[in-house]
Amino acid sequence: MKIIKVENLSKAYRIGLKEKRSDTLGGAITSFIKKPINNFKRLRNLSNLNEKSKDADVFWALKDINFEVEQGDILGIIGKNGAGKSTLLKILSRITEPTTGQIEINGRVASLLEVGTGFNPELTGRENTYLNGTILGMRKKEIDSKFDAIVDFSGVEKFIDTPVKRYSSGMRVRLAFAVAAFLEPEILIIDEVLAVGDAEFQKKCLGKMQDISQGEGRTVLFVSHNMTAVRSLCKSGIYLENGYVKENGNLEHVINKYFNVLTDTNFILNKNIELENEYIFIKNISYYSGNKQINNGKFEIDKPNTIKIEFDNKSIRGNFNINLLFNSPDGYNIFTVCSPVKNIDIGYHQYNCIIPENFLNDVVYYISVMFVNNANPILNFDNLLTIEGLEPPRVGSWLGKFPGLIKPKFQWNYNL
Amino acid sequence: MYDNKILISAGNKKFKLNFKEIWHYKDLLYFLVYRDITVIYKQSILGFSWAIIQPLFSTLIFTFVFGNLANISSDGIPYPVFSLLGVIPWTYFSATLNASGSSLIGASSIFTKVYFPRVLIPITPVISKLSDFTISLSILIIFLIYFGIAPGLNLLFFPLVLLLMIITASGFGFWFSALAIQYRDVKFGISFITPLLMYLAPVVYPSSLILNKFGYDVYLLYGIYPLTGIIDSFRAVFLNSISFPWELYLISLTSALLVFMTGLIFYTKTEKYFADVA
Repeated sequence: MKIIKVENLSKAYRIGLKEKRSDTLGGAITSFIKKPINNFKRLRNLSNLNEKSKDADVFWALKDINFEVEQGDILGIIGKNGAGKSTLLKILSRITEPTTGQIEINGRVASLLEVGTGFNPELTGRENTYLNGTILGMRKKEIDSKFDAIVDFSGVEKFIDTPVKRYSSGMRVRLAFAVAAFLEPEILIIDEVLAVGDAEFQKKCLGKMQDISQGEGRTVLFVSHNMTAVRSLCKSGIYLENGYVKENGNLEHVINKYFNVLTDTNFILNKNIELENEYIFIKNISYYSGNKQINNGKFEIDKPNTIKIEFDNKSIRGNFNINLLFNSPDGYNIFTVCSPVKNIDIGYHQYNCIIPENFLNDVVYYISVMFVNNANPILNFDNLLTIEGLEPPRVGSWLGKFPGLIKPKFQWNYNL
Repeated sequence: MYDNKILISAGNKKFKLNFKEIWHYKDLLYFLVYRDITVIYKQSILGFSWAIIQPLFSTLIFTFVFGNLANISSDGIPYPVFSLLGVIPWTYFSATLNASGSSLIGASSIFTKVYFPRVLIPITPVISKLSDFTISLSILIIFLIYFGIAPGLNLLFFPLVLLLMIITASGFGFWFSALAIQYRDVKFGISFITPLLMYLAPVVYPSSLILNKFGYDVYLLYGIYPLTGIIDSFRAVFLNSISFPWELYLISLTSALLVFMTGLIFYTKTEKYFADVA
């Protein structure tokens, strides 16, 4: 059953434009007098938009959006900042009206665009639970029956009758999320609320989210930048870019589209540099994940990867080796890999550096390449290459990002 | 649970009030009112005494300035009682006007994040300010006892006055809150105009002054300003010496209903923009 049907949806906003300033006294006086009239026009126009609006200050946050959501689907909405994700959620949750188009929704909607909406610092935790719960569309009776569970989940039992202004920010967020977690709508709309609290609580939240979304054929629309969470929670996805739907449907396709756009780079960052000197001629550097050549440097961290360097030795005599310096984007050297020191013949050579699986993390690496002859660098390229790790769908309830620049899989022994 | 099918479409201009949905959210209204009442005097020393202090001091000053210095007539009623009977409904109205007018601006952090019937926002202060109103009635009782005035059967009409007060306050609340969210001038305008509106209403002088000076027609015309009907009938409710001013009441009620209906229509037609213009 189609539970949400979106047709030709567009939304325009007015954005402020720089006002003209006059540089003569007369002009300044006239513009001072005219100012209220202009202000009035500007304010009135805030609510005066239609499909034909073409003024310079009109910005289309969404343009001709069409999609359908099946009942029980968990849809991930992804896109860069400013792509229109939040606007779409705001229209779906009836906070703002579309400029064109229409939406049909067959079910009770609850939206969580933030946690703790309407929390009043002067009221106690108990009072705020009721206030926030009713704001989210629950009835008092409903909250009465879930109250103990909410308090239990939040872990603030001791302070439930203390004004919220005396809470730590963490406690406030936990209570707020707890209220939201016990909503039982047919359609749940969630915007990045997971990015709250400490790691432990985030884990709890994501686990709860999974429970909510998997229970009783509930439909969930989920906006997030956390691809690990999206991958593990969602079944299908929508990729938005500049207000348009760029990819829709299969989650992996949608996520790949997102990553390709996010860092639309090549493995070799600078192709215009001189790769030849009197000693050496670099013919090619390429990158393989498994057996597949990867041009954009994106690899899956659970597969072995190969950096292949092909060069002609023009005049090198004596000890030779290649150093690869793996750096973080902020310029910190994480580790360096050196090839064995060898004497090499004049002519063509191929060096393969194999990075084992389960060693790198899902972060971006910059790699500097250095060719060394008798302990002297003969050719050196700073941050010539870039690769980015992608994490495969994860098993388990913890969906946050693993900290660290590498993520080795060491051996464990049990019960020896 | 209310209607499960929702249709969102652009440019819907029809006036429609979803009573089923508002009914679903009645608990929210309750907690919004509860919040307003509990929070207002939190961390204050005098607490709810403020609800008494404000009208009491206004009455004392009016008695001194208008009753003693200017010697304004009070239809034979002791001036303190006379002016207190004007000040109490006036205080309710002006407090509601200010709170309701800025209610949308104050709630913008909520309604830009969650959907609920927007109409609850300006209604909330109309209800929550009734608490101050009720508390201030206690000084009235003390005054009546002190001056030996016993209310009569007119007291039965008290709900009628309350109704007129609520309709008037909500009507202005709809208009001003919806305008203020787009044009902040309205917010400044309200605080500037409320003291002036007080002198337009028969708070410190009796409406009989108008009747005697300009005649009956002008007196009835004066009733178009709903505060006239409110204050005059409020006085009649507590003072047995005045008969209930039915004509004035009905004129004021009609005009208040007009403000209420047009305000509600204006509010519901513009509410879809609130999140965009806030």
